[in-house]
Amino acid sequence: MSNTQINPAINWEIGPIFRAMLRNKVGAILIALQIAVTMTIIVNSVYIIVERSKEMQRDSGIDNENSFFLTSIGFAENFNVPVTVAEDMRTLRALPGIVDAIQINAVPNSGSGWSMGLKTQSGVEHDAVGTAVYMVDEHGINALDVEIIAGENFAATDVGVRVVGQVKWPDKTILTKAMAENLFPDMPFASVVGKTVYINDTDPMIVVGIIDKLQAPWVGWNNLENAMLSPEIMDFKGSRYFIRTQPGQRDSVMKQVEQLLSSNNKGRLIKGMRSIEEARERSYRGHTAMIKILTTVMIILTIVTALGIVGLASFSVNQRKKQIGTRRALGASQSAIIRYFMLENFLISSIGVVLGAVFTIGLNIILVNTFGLDRIDWFYIPIGMLVLWLVGQGAVFGPARKAANIPPALATRTV
Amino acid sequence: MFSYYIKLALISVKRNPVLSLLMITAIALGIGASMTTITVNYLMSADPIPHKSQQLFHIQVDSWDPNNPFNDDAQALPNQLTWTDATNFTLAKKAFRQSAMGMSGAIIEPAGDDAKPFEASIRLAYTDFFGMFDVPFMFGNPWDSNSDTKRDQVVVLSKRINESVFGGENSVGKTIVIAGRNFQVVGVIDDWQPMPKFYDVNNGAFDESEELFMPFSLKEELELPNWGNNNCWKSPEGEGYKAFLQSECINTQMWVELPNETAKAEYLGFLNNYVMEQKALGRFPRPLNNRLSNVMQWMESQEVVEEDAKMMMWLSFMFLLVCLLNTIGLLLAKFTGKSAEISLRLAVGASKADLFKQHLVEAAMIGLLGGIAGLGFAMIGLLGIKSLYGDFVDNLATLDIRMILVALCIALLSSIAAGLYPTWRACNIAPASQLKSQ
Repeated sequence: MSNTQINPAINWEIGPIFRAMLRNKVGAILIALQIAVTMTIIVNSVYIIVERSKEMQRDSGIDNENSFFLTSIGFAENFNVPVTVAEDMRTLRALPGIVDAIQINAVPNSGSGWSMGLKTQSGVEHDAVGTAVYMVDEHGINALDVEIIAGENFAATDVGVRVVGQVKWPDKTILTKAMAENLFPDMPFASVVGKTVYINDTDPMIVVGIIDKLQAPWVGWNNLENAMLSPEIMDFKGSRYFIRTQPGQRDSVMKQVEQLLSSNNKGRLIKGMRSIEEARERSYRGHTAMIKILTTVMIILTIVTALGIVGLASFSVNQRKKQIGTRRALGASQSAIIRYFMLENFLISSIGVVLGAVFTIGLNIILVNTFGLDRIDWFYIPIGMLVLWLVGQGAVFGPARKAANIPPALATRTV
Repeated sequence: MFSYYIKLALISVKRNPVLSLLMITAIALGIGASMTTITVNYLMSADPIPHKSQQLFHIQVDSWDPNNPFNDDAQALPNQLTWTDATNFTLAKKAFRQSAMGMSGAIIEPAGDDAKPFEASIRLAYTDFFGMFDVPFMFGNPWDSNSDTKRDQVVVLSKRINESVFGGENSVGKTIVIAGRNFQVVGVIDDWQPMPKFYDVNNGAFDESEELFMPFSLKEELELPNWGNNNCWKSPEGEGYKAFLQSECINTQMWVELPNETAKAEYLGFLNNYVMEQKALGRFPRPLNNRLSNVMQWMESQEVVEEDAKMMMWLSFMFLLVCLLNTIGLLLAKFTGKSAEISLRLAVGASKADLFKQHLVEAAMIGLLGGIAGLGFAMIGLLGIKSLYGDFVDNLATLDIRMILVALCIALLSSIAAGLYPTWRACNIAPASQLKSQ
């Protein structure tokens, strides 16, 4: 024992530390457990946050920054929808700052819309692939800022008028690449052009074009990437307009359009004007909130755990003041004292993070089974272990330095 | 003796202010986080109509596609009814009270030149809706049941619409222009916001109740637009709005009031008979499968409580666990530091039981202080939830007296539980060894 200090090589003193820990098992276990549960919560939270952020960053296909939409509702007795829509479109498309404008039945990522099932074979007995439906005229491609990657756009002559309760569908459609691949998995998407698909079980539609990307209105839907365009304008009392502006001009154009449309026809009401950014923010509000809440929880939890370690370490330093003084008097260097407390914490944290790894996987399994989350990626666990180790070492450093500053003379005093 | 212990506890809490503050803050944070999530879950799963929730039943019949069940679960039933079936069930009057219902909207044109038209949401229902759900009236009454069949243009206004159109005065008997038609006001309801909005959970379980109420039959008469969810397995046979209404598309909810088990059994018998008759006419191609769910069963089956809310509640319980582990550790340290004092008291004649009680009181006091501070954190947490989720949670993020008591109880119980082991350890020291070192 006496040669400990003479030896110039560092003696890690794991033996004495371990024996000292055994004398206060409960204290050590409590810290280890606290570290384990903290790690469980933090790692799973980070995982949830990353997953949610990934979902929010998916590309909607449209120009999020420069597009907006509104609803025009006619209430006057003599309100003529097709005439009004045609007039509005002429006015809007001529307006400086507007790239293009369309009437549309639903807006991507906005939360409400239409869905239908398409089949590759006619008949009720075949399975359908679900898809969002967007009814647009030949300006749809330009207004939605999507690209035709195979086939062609609708011609103006393809566009029909849909009335309330109409069952019949036009005979042409444009599909997203994802939808084309879902319908015809064994075929390159470009060769889907010219194929016939069936809507309402038996009504044929010919695929005239494929677009790169256009998401459905419902961000939580499994078939989010499935969308079809149908060449129609709608004779409905309430109709939605989708407008794309020149970059940076959205806000000024929105104000202008609201005034223009409200004043040029007394028999209708303009409401629900909203930018795509705002609509997406609403659709993803639950995700945003969850991310913020979990982040707050993680920060507070780390602080609580760290403060707990600081508190216990300070306390144990105070308890051992005399012993520390004695060790210093016997020649232990300040760094040896610091090393002692750091190492003690390291050992406890190690037990904690190993337990934490087990708990983390356990909680993830529960989350997978109860809430349908995905399984956690393996690398989250070693990173979580490392972070918790660092938190423990960081927290214990202050009290350890305080311990190192205890003067050797203390050993000679009684209390 | 108890007050003496409290005094001792206070002295002890003050003696290590940092350590005490650390424990109180830890408990407060744990309680704050748990109470925030418990409150949201509690309000999401609250019984919106407690005195009647056992007697109100939502109707489901399996009118779906012969080739596919309504969803992945083979036993799943459509969550709404067709317009035809809901109307038939209501007109059959086999229950004590019954109403088919749906959502729509229209433009209101207030009288006066400078008053601007605006859009309002409509709940289409039968007159039983009001009695069945105990809707409070400010002025007037529900419409007469004849209006349901005669398709009278009568309307019941919400308090807010009555204020914006008629300045809040008794508007019964007055005329209001809705969807371009003259409607006669028969009643004005007082504030009424069931939470969750159990009667139509598929179209926003926490949305506000509608602004106008009018006879369901007017949907067909005025071809009112179908707001809310519409789902079809088969396209309508024929073109136009009437064909849409008469199709197999589901877009209508239906509730009945059945006072007892016999009535419920009889009603289920009626539904089964109806479906069998329809089967003879070529409808209802799936196996006979009808269901009556009371309010709580219905909300459970429609998973009204958001998954995120449940997940956060479990995470917050784990958070509380960390805070308690923290407190146990700190209490242990603190009580160990009091060994000398405890030994002295033991030596001068205090019993172990006395000391045990004294230290539990101390733990409980820390818990109580933590609980009170935790309520503050919970309020901040709920404000945070409101600002993050927006209007939709306004009614889901308020602490009531019951929740406050729950918070204090959890804080008290958990801190006592946390204090048990440290207290036991503190009381089991050998006084001699401690006194010697003095």
